[in-house]
Amino acid sequence: MSIDIKYFASLRDRLGRAEDRLDAATELTVAEVWAALWLDRPLPPNTLTAVNMEYAELTQRVRDGDEVAFFPPVTGG
Amino acid sequence: MKIELRDAPFDPLVELGRYQNTLTGLHGQYGATAIFIGTMRDFNDGATVQEMTLEHYPGMTERHLQRIVEAAAREWPLLDALVIHRVGALQPNDPIVLVAVWSAQRAAAFAACRLIMEELKAKAPFWKREETAAGPRWVAHNTPS
Repeated sequence: MSIDIKYFASLRDRLGRAEDRLDAATELTVAEVWAALWLDRPLPPNTLTAVNMEYAELTQRVRDGDEVAFFPPVTGG
Repeated sequence: MKIELRDAPFDPLVELGRYQNTLTGLHGQYGATAIFIGTMRDFNDGATVQEMTLEHYPGMTERHLQRIVEAAAREWPLLDALVIHRVGALQPNDPIVLVAVWSAQRAAAFAACRLIMEELKAKAPFWKREETAAGPRWVAHNTPS
């Protein structure tokens, strides 16, 4: 299955890219998507996650074609 | 109800007047209009801020703004609401956000305006990047009030 990943703001700057694509043989959780891409690099504290533009827990399962996003706390308004 | 992102400066009072003029069907019904305008300061967290960039998550931001306004309208008897939020490059004194709500009476108008603004700050995916004399920096978190 194929998953699109997006990074925003300071996290994108730290990672050096805005997007990834992950092809996985098995179903993954949000946390496992991060781990598959960034290996031993832990998810920075306070990082927020979304699946298909809805806030998601790290334990949420990701399906084929989903868009997973990782970003820092929001600071609008 | 209208929710809009703008990538260029806007005048919140002009927008407010223009939108209210379209609410002809509500004439005589609303007795209270509450508004909040957020404006860019030239200082933050101990530094002078020369410029700011507002990034967002296209699609998710609009969806959550819509949902926030709908939730406020379920909690309070609102007649209409308008939210305009900037993205892109801003200069000090540029308006960042306008929230306006129309209701029959003030309690609902004040409360809903506050609720929309607080929820926007907590949940809408926007991020501020400031240009300071020491270089650019991302705003790590919003002020609590």
